[in-house]
This record gives sequence, structure tokens and C-alpha cells, in this order.
Amino acid sequence: MKIILFCLLLFPLATFAADTDYALNIKDQRFQPNELIIMAGQKAKLVIRNQDGMPAEFESSDLSREVIVPGHGEIVIYVGPLEPGTYQFFNDFNHEMKGSIVVNPASNKGH
Amino acid sequence: MFATAVIMFREVLEASLIIAIVLGASRGVAGRGWWVGAGIGLGLLGASIVATLANVASSVFSGEGQAILNAVILLSAVVMLTWHNVWMSAHAQQFSAEVKALGTDVQSGQRPMAALLVITLVAVMREGSEAVLFLWAVSTSGEQSMNMLLGGIGGVLVGVLSGLLLYIGILRIPTRYFFSITSWMILLLAAGLSAQAAGFLNQIGILPTLGSGLWNTSNILSQNSLLGQLLHILVGYIARPSGIEVVFYIATFLTMLILMRIYGGNRSGRLNTQG
Repeated sequence: MKIILFCLLLFPLATFAADTDYALNIKDQRFQPNELIIMAGQKAKLVIRNQDGMPAEFESSDLSREVIVPGHGEIVIYVGPLEPGTYQFFNDFNHEMKGSIVVNPASNKGH
Repeated sequence: MFATAVIMFREVLEASLIIAIVLGASRGVAGRGWWVGAGIGLGLLGASIVATLANVASSVFSGEGQAILNAVILLSAVVMLTWHNVWMSAHAQQFSAEVKALGTDVQSGQRPMAALLVITLVAVMREGSEAVLFLWAVSTSGEQSMNMLLGGIGGVLVGVLSGLLLYIGILRIPTRYFFSITSWMILLLAAGLSAQAAGFLNQIGILPTLGSGLWNTSNILSQNSLLGQLLHILVGYIARPSGIEVVFYIATFLTMLILMRIYGGNRSGRLNTQG
């Protein structure tokens, strides 16, 4: 039953529009930018680059995201399409490191 | 030091609670300690391998690799928990009678002991690899490393203690309700793990989101709070779930319940009448 469901869910993939890339850097134990503005209703490709030697774990319970970014490494994940709002994220290896993704209603503002 | 303790506590908590549940649910089964112990050992070994890979071959250890590994680990735990529960519901009557007749030490060779091993292994491996990586980073970070390492060990101990408390709590469940309560715990645990797996597959674009934030209860109970995290692990609480997570949660919940009723045979009412 789940296998069938799984197969069905794969279909919408083919119809996805081109993703938009967003860069998020980790440098000196900070997220840059620490507020990432993303357009509503579109799937966003997040390129997280860790310029520090320390590994980081990008985590967001608002987005159910969890990924280790090795020291001097780069990781790609996808978020969305998202409803307008603010979504917090943090480094699970250093809770002082926080940031947020801000999703504005679909318009040409802020992107 | 305190921050390190909190991080390690969070990493250890999930594995600790999962082990407590499967150990509790298999109360009185001869040899279960050996299987669970082997699972913990192999899990730690796997965690170290994954953590080493993350450091040595960061290009190999891509976002996709991590997410797929996590999803496979979580889904195999779901399958094993389902197997365990279905087996239990099929044998609950007989098992319960044996417990009453022989006290708590019941020999039952047919039980899915491999399920215990796999569940423990994957639970330890998943969060363990993050813990190992974190500790490695901390221990090489310089002057404060000793302090932070001590904090980390403290966090691990508190995490293990939490599991122990849950285990003791499960053992105190009266025999009459024992199978139904532990079955429900495992059912909800599995549904939650399945939703987590969906999150990982969605993260790399393999599964669609099907709507972000179907609801948002962060204001009522933040998922980052201690209670929020406990409920996240135990029953799959997600403060701001996506559609795909809800679909996986419900699909797993129903699949497991239906299988338990089918294989529960003529006594299938147990779980439902007492839950």
C-alpha cells in the first residue's frame, strides 16, 4: 500500500518548475545572511556553504530540515514551496547560530 | 559546557527513548539484552563510520547521501517496529497467558529478535553519528575542549537516564494493559519516524512538499522545547508539518493498525478495546 502511495507521490516531480538558487554561508560561526528572503509558492534550492573548519548541522523544526554541513563543505537542500511567514533555522552544533527564512507573499519585492 | 551538554542530550535522547520502548515492550523475553546490546554496539560502530566519512570525504557525504541514509534508517526502523507489533498482536493472548503462568521470564524463541537488534542499531547509528561528529569538532576546537567534552558526557548521561526512567515507567504498567499500551506506544513511535523519513526525502526533492505548514502550533508548544521534543520523538509531534509528513504519518499509522488487526486473528479486539 505504501509502495503504491510512494509511486503516486513521485509523479508531481516531473511538473516542478525550475528551482531558484539561494546561497547561505557559514563563516566565523555565523549564518550569512542570517535572514534569507524567499518568494512564496516556489521551491527553493538552498546552497549551504561552510567556510569554517567546524562541521555544522543546519536544522529547522519549522521546515523539518536537518543536514550536516562538513567543515569547508557544501550541501544542497530544497525547501518549499512555502507559505508566507517566518521559518527559523539554527546550527544544532552551536545553538548561538540562528537565522530565519522569510517568505514574502508572491511579488517581485525582496528577491 | 552547558550548551554542549544540551546538544549531546538532544542527540542521545531519541535513541535512548526508542531503546527504552523496545526493551520495555519485550519485557521478560529471554536473551533480549544480548540482542539490544549487540544493536547498541553495532550502532556505535556505524555512527563512527558515518561520522568519519563526513569528515574525510565531505564531497561523497553530500546532502543527498545524508538524507537518503537517514530515510533508509528511519524506514527500516518503521518496518521492524511494524513487524514487532504485528507479531505481538498475533501472539498477545498466548504471551499474556504465559506471563501469568510463569512469572516474567518467558522463553519465546520465535519472537522477532532481529527486529530488536535492527531497531536499536539504527536508532543509535542515526543520532550517534551526529553526536560523534559534534564531539570530534568540540575536542579539536581548542582551549575549552576539556570543559565541553565533560559537558557532552553529562548530556549523554542525562539522555540515557531519561530512557531509563521511561523504561522503569513501562515496567510498572499493569499486566492487563501492558500489551495494548506498549503496542500503542510503538505504533505512534513508528508513525512519527515515518513522518521524519518523509521530511528527509522531501529535503532533497525526492518527495513533494504537498503544502508547507498545514498548521502551526509553535506558539502553543514549540518543537524545540523539551516537552515538544519529547513528544516529537515519542508520538511524532510536529509543530509545523508539511503535507507529505502528515501523509506518511497517517499511512503508516493505518497500515500498521490494519496489519495488526488482520494478524491479530480472532482476538484482534485487544488493542482497540483497551487503547
